[in-house]
Amino acid sequence: MNWFRNAAIGLTVAICASTPSFSNEIGNASDGEKIWSECKSCHALGEGAKNRVGPHLNGIFGRRAGSEEGFKYSNGLARMGKDGLIWEFDLLDRYIENPKAFASDTRMSYRGLKDEQKRADLLAFLRRYSDNPGDIPEAAPTAAGTDHDVDPAILAIQGDPEYGEYLSSECTSCHQMTGDNDGIPGIIGWPAEDFVIAMHAYKDKFRPHPVMQMMAGRLSNDEIAALAAYFEEVEP
Amino acid sequence: MKINRRLFMGGAAAGAAATTLTAPVVHAAGHGKPKVVVIGGGAGGATAARYIAKDSKGEIEVTLVEPSRSYYTCFFSNLYMAGFRELGSIAHSYGKLASEYGINVVHDWAIGIDREARTVSLAGGATLNYDRLVLSPGIDFVDGAVEGWDVTHQNAMPHAYKAGSQSELLKAQVEAMPEGGTFAMVAPPNPFRCPPGPYERISMIANILSKKNPTAKIIIADPKEKFSKMALFQDGWSRHYDGMIDWIGGDFGGGNVSVNPHDMTVTIDGEETKVDVCNVIPAMKAGKICDMAGITEGNWAPVNPHTMQSRVDENIHVLGDASQQGDMPKSGFAANSQAKVAAMAVRSALTGSKLFPAKFTNTCWSLIDDNDGVKVGASYEATDEKIAKVDGFISAVGEDAELRQATYEESVGWYAGITSDMFG
Ligand SMILES: Cc1cc2nc3c(=O)[nH]c(=O)nc-3n(C[C@H](O)[C@H](O)[C@H](O)COP(=O)(O)OP(=O)(O)OC[C@H]3O[C@@H](n4cnc5c(N)ncnc54)[C@H](O)[C@@H]3O)c2cc1C
Repeated sequence: MNWFRNAAIGLTVAICASTPSFSNEIGNASDGEKIWSECKSCHALGEGAKNRVGPHLNGIFGRRAGSEEGFKYSNGLARMGKDGLIWEFDLLDRYIENPKAFASDTRMSYRGLKDEQKRADLLAFLRRYSDNPGDIPEAAPTAAGTDHDVDPAILAIQGDPEYGEYLSSECTSCHQMTGDNDGIPGIIGWPAEDFVIAMHAYKDKFRPHPVMQMMAGRLSNDEIAALAAYFEEVEP
Repeated sequence: MKINRRLFMGGAAAGAAATTLTAPVVHAAGHGKPKVVVIGGGAGGATAARYIAKDSKGEIEVTLVEPSRSYYTCFFSNLYMAGFRELGSIAHSYGKLASEYGINVVHDWAIGIDREARTVSLAGGATLNYDRLVLSPGIDFVDGAVEGWDVTHQNAMPHAYKAGSQSELLKAQVEAMPEGGTFAMVAPPNPFRCPPGPYERISMIANILSKKNPTAKIIIADPKEKFSKMALFQDGWSRHYDGMIDWIGGDFGGGNVSVNPHDMTVTIDGEETKVDVCNVIPAMKAGKICDMAGITEGNWAPVNPHTMQSRVDENIHVLGDASQQGDMPKSGFAANSQAKVAAMAVRSALTGSKLFPAKFTNTCWSLIDDNDGVKVGASYEATDEKIAKVDGFISAVGEDAELRQATYEESVGWYAGITSDMFG
């Protein structure tokens, strides 16, 4: 929604001018940690966290939107960052509530979290990794972040991108090669390992989507590796 | 069946990611680049043209013959009728296929195919040569399928089974129905384009009527005893449109139908009813050009599932609704999936590119009411005999509203994805 986006950008200016206030507890961080399990299939957090399908979220509070080096953001988020959007509680809260309303072309394929308390809890949890990077808890919850364990031998398979390109024509009946998400997530430019983990999570029927379970179910380990190798290289 | 030696079939091929099978390069008739002509710029033809042009990187000259300048997708045309989509949002032009993929788009009708000479003649008088011909002309109606109706009656009793002006007409007629009026549908026998299509349409028409004309009635005369996603539709109809829809199946005389477009009556199993709108969806057959090419058996054109080559002429590939391939439904998704297999086979034959084992998929989403979406899908493989179903799934009765909404939103994403896969 345009109105929303403008509102968000307008707000930024105000926020940039004021000093960030992290003083009071915004939610219950340990409840938030449970909600985080939904996020961690794409985002890493904690010591050693790297960008994955989504950017790592260490230090997200106070970070400029679209600024994490090496991560391919949607044009919309990158532009908001250039326009000066700094992630603070209110903006993160709105973004998580309905990502597409906030940034219509966002690559984050998350439906949004409507419950205000749950958002507050999640943000309280996330803020632990922002307030003071020195205090990041040692037992990082998900630095390697994944919702599904895959045999290292499978992760080690080197995919053939040319074969992946052929196989990809089955994916592009639904997933857009621009990476746009109009109801079906973009899958281009994902780190190969995340792609492999996601596909095996469907193949093992750990993730629930029936179309994806069917598609992944008949792909061999080599075919999944080939697709991962191909899609990793695709630019929007 | 004549087996093309260049094919790569059977168990030995399964999962052979690294197998390279380089076919002998077949030189073009005459000289210059090999030529492919695609007839029909719909779901199957547009995809095939785009993939052949894109993946051959200029090595193959592709001509697409399609009379319309804008293609209106039948998929989502039911949603248009209920106001969930604008008409413009289901229209697609051929501009990108020409400008980004270098396809020669010719807006004309193919009116003849000379298989010996490998030429296509166009209504405008031109003749095109081909090394390979791809036919994806969709459907035509079987003459005399519904007593009292032929195509000249499509204004009084629209079929709206080719999208565009027919969809607009049917929508306008439904909106103009008198209070408490009657809408009738004559549903087609199997096999036909889009098995859930008529029932999604009923859902969408009930959706309009329940808002604007809640005492109106809907009657469906159906020659079949069951239909696609039947339990899901019937559950949805009773939840959202209770008492509005009367489905008369084959076991209750639903197949014994005649219509009178002048008096606007429908007679079902001897009982005549005066109706306000009548949507006649007759029995279907492959687009007429298939008959003209002499590649049909009965109503459809049989194909080799590994490559979508006609069983009659290996220089012709037939895709989509017109083909008789086995287990896949006649859908836009299926046509798109088959087109990719055919495109690979055409490239392999003409340029010697790799031929991988054929894989097919289909998923059909249907909308029953606002945010109440359901889906059915399956995966398929090529056997020597047919395209055979491997695995499948279907939405369940009793799913929660959130899942149904997610299914609908997913269908919107699918529409964006598949149309960009077809038209660039
Ligand atoms: C109401 C309805 C809802 C549907 N919903 C869905 C859905 O949700 N999902 C889905 O996957 N499918 C759906 N379908 C089915 C889908 O539209 C068809 O299966 C699909 O269009 C078939 O593709 P095709 O290439 O075989 O034919 P078409 O898409 O019909 O394309 C054929 C093209 O060939 C052209 N042509 C014909 N003869 C000639 C000639 N002699 N010379 C040149 N050009 C010619 C025509 O002008 C046409 O553009 C629906 C269909 C209907 C009617």
